[in-house]
Amino acid sequence: MAGLKDAAAIVGIGQTPFARHLPEDEKTLACRAVLAALDDAGISPGEVDALASYTMEETDEVELAKAVGLGDLTFFSKVGYGGGGSCATVAHLAAAIASGQASVGVAWRSRKRGSGPRPWTNTSAQLPTPAQWTRPFGLLRPADEIAMLTRRYMHEYGATRDHLFNVALACRNRANQNPAAVMYERPLTREMYMTSRWISEPLCLFDNCLETDGALACVVVSRERARDCRHAPVYVHSAAQGLPAQHHGMVNYWNDDPLTGPAWTAARHLWKHADFTPQDVDVAQIYDAFTALIPLSLEGYGFCGRGEGGAFTEQGALEIGGRLPLNTSGGGLSEAYVHGFNLINEGVRQLRGTSTAQVPGAATCLVTAGEGVPTSALLLRS
Amino acid sequence: MLSPVTDPDGAPFWQYAAQGELRVQTCADCDEPRFPPRPCCPHCQSFACEWRKTSGQGRVWSYVVPHPPLLPEYAEQAPYNVVVVELADAPRIRLVGNLVTGPDAPLDSLPPARIRIGAKVQAVFSGTGLPQWVLERP
Repeated sequence: MAGLKDAAAIVGIGQTPFARHLPEDEKTLACRAVLAALDDAGISPGEVDALASYTMEETDEVELAKAVGLGDLTFFSKVGYGGGGSCATVAHLAAAIASGQASVGVAWRSRKRGSGPRPWTNTSAQLPTPAQWTRPFGLLRPADEIAMLTRRYMHEYGATRDHLFNVALACRNRANQNPAAVMYERPLTREMYMTSRWISEPLCLFDNCLETDGALACVVVSRERARDCRHAPVYVHSAAQGLPAQHHGMVNYWNDDPLTGPAWTAARHLWKHADFTPQDVDVAQIYDAFTALIPLSLEGYGFCGRGEGGAFTEQGALEIGGRLPLNTSGGGLSEAYVHGFNLINEGVRQLRGTSTAQVPGAATCLVTAGEGVPTSALLLRS
Repeated sequence: MLSPVTDPDGAPFWQYAAQGELRVQTCADCDEPRFPPRPCCPHCQSFACEWRKTSGQGRVWSYVVPHPPLLPEYAEQAPYNVVVVELADAPRIRLVGNLVTGPDAPLDSLPPARIRIGAKVQAVFSGTGLPQWVLERP
């Protein structure tokens, strides 16, 4: 059976500026990101026949396709669970291309999360979590839900706030190298972190991602077509989604082992179909809506053992030159929070050799989607 | 304050709570308790269920202390605690709630410094029908 391995490649990336407030609406930003990605690939909009995005994306396929002049679409797909769907958008396009359902796919995300309302302030809409069991008691926000797992994780394994700071600092240091990052000119110190206001103890302000306006897109084609594009192809080496048995989303409090999340499920599939192992990953873009998702993901994707994710962050392991350089454009914590799509584009830049915080000779990159919700992940290679 | 927006699966829990009882949905065929409630048993796929009374005893599994920004009525009481309690009768059943000084006490009635993971707690019931939790040894 011909699998997905290296069958498709990302050949174009595009994005708008990132800011707390952008004047243009989400639809316009989506159009700009998609056209930028197609221009980067050297492919005309009329050649696009596939789209993929998130169920939370507000600009639908009809609006996008007619605005930017896409061709006849034969495949379009949307993935649920907020940031858990980021990598799955590329995975769905790769699968569609590998199986002959389409030839040129575009994945995108446009979101004015900086200007728009915080989703948790909506008291009429039931979020896709068992809200009746949590919200009346004041467990209102994603930060509260993840803080609950974080406290238990710290209790069980001795992880500390310094470990979480290591994550925040690595992302901020990379953002300080990236002129496109919201936090480009804003260094972070340990004192700033330790004295910042709480959001939901044990998570402080700097454990939480940014609130950003912006849009991103990428273009996926077959490996044959990829050779004719403007830039060197970045191959989708392996791709996976993950929804573990008896998983409950961010309020994953009701199974045998709440600290074993979707990352473990996605990782098993990802590595099963890969020619390399976690030890061979040169650089990682790991979903960082909250710092605590990083140690959990490091464990889930096999970079260290159970309970070792906190200690893994010590001695500059996540910095350039460390064991696993992390979120090299600044991530959701310090570049932009656009449901993790910026992690995909940065993975492509690393493997093209064009990152503002380039890992010398990077040839393999793990990109992950939101942990703590049904998730997805990609192994990219040059 | 937000009231539970119930569904057909969850409604019996809240009806029993309004009567001052903490009951958990349990498979009538294989005896496995399950939470949150759902139409059928994930272990044996039976649709037959019972709502079994629990002792209301448990231990703090984890807790958080939310600070603003929050919804207005919660912000007024912040910082307050939210706990996850593991039931003594069914260790995999964990309930989200608030650790307070007594029935109907506000969310911030107990200083967060008094809370420890593993602390023994007991369910009490507020006038609003929400279960709350008090420390077994205040």
